[in-house]
Amino acid sequence: MRAEAGRKLDRYLKENAAQAREERIEKSGTRRRSGSARLRRWKDRAVSWLYLAPSLIGVGLFFVLPFAVVVYYSTINNPVQQVNVGAANFIRTWNNNAFRLAARNTLLFSAAAVPLAVILSLWIAVIMESNIPFKSTFRTFFLSPMMVPIASVILVWQVLFDNNGLVNVILTRLGAARIDWLKTYYAPVVIILLFLWKNLGYNMILFMSGLSSVPKDQIEVARLEGATETQIFWQIKLRYLSSTIMFVIIMSLINSFKVFREVYLLAGDYPFDSLYTMQHFMNNTFQSLDYQKLSAAAIIMAAFMMVVIGILLFAEDRFGRDLEN
Amino acid sequence: MGIFRKKKNQIEEEAVREPQAEPAYLTDEAYEDDFQYDAISERRRAEQLRTVRRTFAAVFFAFIFLMPTILTFTNSFMTASEISANYGSIFAQNNSGGKVYVSETVNLKFIPDMVTFTQYFTVLFKSPEYLMKFWNSVIYVVPIVVFQLLIASLASFGFARYRGKVKQLIFFIYIVLMLMPYQVTLVPNFLVAKELGIVGTRWAIWLPGIFSPFAVYMLTKYMRRIPYSLYEAAAIDGAGEWQIFSQICMPICRGGLVSIAILIFIDYWNMVEQPLILLDNEEMYPLSVFLSRINAGEISLAFAVAVIYMVLPMLFFLYGEEYLVEGILYQGGIKE
Repeated sequence: MRAEAGRKLDRYLKENAAQAREERIEKSGTRRRSGSARLRRWKDRAVSWLYLAPSLIGVGLFFVLPFAVVVYYSTINNPVQQVNVGAANFIRTWNNNAFRLAARNTLLFSAAAVPLAVILSLWIAVIMESNIPFKSTFRTFFLSPMMVPIASVILVWQVLFDNNGLVNVILTRLGAARIDWLKTYYAPVVIILLFLWKNLGYNMILFMSGLSSVPKDQIEVARLEGATETQIFWQIKLRYLSSTIMFVIIMSLINSFKVFREVYLLAGDYPFDSLYTMQHFMNNTFQSLDYQKLSAAAIIMAAFMMVVIGILLFAEDRFGRDLEN
Repeated sequence: MGIFRKKKNQIEEEAVREPQAEPAYLTDEAYEDDFQYDAISERRRAEQLRTVRRTFAAVFFAFIFLMPTILTFTNSFMTASEISANYGSIFAQNNSGGKVYVSETVNLKFIPDMVTFTQYFTVLFKSPEYLMKFWNSVIYVVPIVVFQLLIASLASFGFARYRGKVKQLIFFIYIVLMLMPYQVTLVPNFLVAKELGIVGTRWAIWLPGIFSPFAVYMLTKYMRRIPYSLYEAAAIDGAGEWQIFSQICMPICRGGLVSIAILIFIDYWNMVEQPLILLDNEEMYPLSVFLSRINAGEISLAFAVAVIYMVLPMLFFLYGEEYLVEGILYQGGIKE
């Protein structure tokens, strides 16, 4: 009996494997054919590389090849003498105070902004999922900051958070002490608000789509069993959202590295210490033409990003969704 | 578009189904003397209350999300004296010379005392430097969008039509490049630009933008959803690779192209990092960088310039909101 079942399973697995192989061959187009068909197949594959060529040349020339040069630059003393100095540039960059300040600010900013972005946008998505009126109008409203250029609304932010700005006027009226928002350690708060304003809509769309894919019947059953809305949210919806949450975290993290734009437009080239970002460090190093330090910094940052992307791919894999497909 | 439409249909379906499917013992009357009645009506009340609460939350968020945009828009219709009366205490501090009326407190106003188009008139006809910067922005962004899409269409077809281990690896490199922050990619870009002698010219902005891997990634994902049998059928009917590309693949991808074009447009319309490093002449800066350098003497113009700057993306948004949503979902990898 058992042997028979085993054989059956064996046959089933074999059939499945054969089918999978068939599909793979179909997809990759390597099915062996005779004579002219095979030749044509080969020719077509060669042609498909031609389609790739312009992009490959461009990406190779502007991104991949110079990155090899960057790696080389990070190990030499200067572009003229080109003496190999090993890890000296990395140590120099790592110990550089400006680099440390920039790295610490960037990481602190991400650590504060990303969780806020995830939680708030999930909240908005939940609001949007319930049966509130004018849903599509609200969606348009929430998405609109994504399209408004940061440079256009920066004036409003200045009006709000300047030392003589509106927020301080309200604070003093309430009897509290005024805060010079952009020139104290409160400055990142202003940037986080701007970051959230800009990015919540994007995350909301991802979460709305995730929420709409939660099976309705499970929620119905839970409701009939007497589960509260809170329980339904934590026990059911959040589980189905896990891969979306993962992706939103990663995208928010990547977007949080772009926050230099907001900082630069609001506070300029030389902001208060707590606003000094990685891009400020890069800009200053560009100006001093210290390519070795620049290269070392770029590589440290790239290595950090590789770790982040590695975690992303691992997590996506675990949750059954793949960035590549 | 898909998911929202589907959701709407579902809601409609449910609405249609409900009266038929509800047997007599489930109606409200049947519950009249049921011990569960109280629990259920309470539940319904709680639900209504929650909806009200959520509507208020949505209105609150909508106000915050819209406020900066609306404020910029309405303030652009104020006279110069009204602007400096309202915001003088903020922007006057870095003013050199120039007579500016400064009020003690700042005054945030949504509605101008007197609607005037003077600011727009000044920006459009009297001060050419703003228009110049606006055209700089257009001149940078339009070729990048067009050519990045063109090159990406070809490349994505190359990635999606036949797959192999090598291509898989190359595609992975594209993904990694796409996810890298500017701080990493700008250094290689700058080194090449220096080598080619194009630092300080428009080409230094154009070329890295045109070859950016972003559109390739997005379009490849889009194209991989096209069933392989469709290509196969066309090939059996005698279509060449170019015909398959231009007459089968491209028409299917039209929606995807619009989505991606909008995403590329927003990104480059907002660019700040690239011009600061790759251009040395401020005359060539796009408006995104130049707007932050308007000095206090011209602060009344700033709102009008800001509005002119956001008109184009807002028009794209109103026309293509659904495409934008679609594009976000593709980027998010949620849509398979």
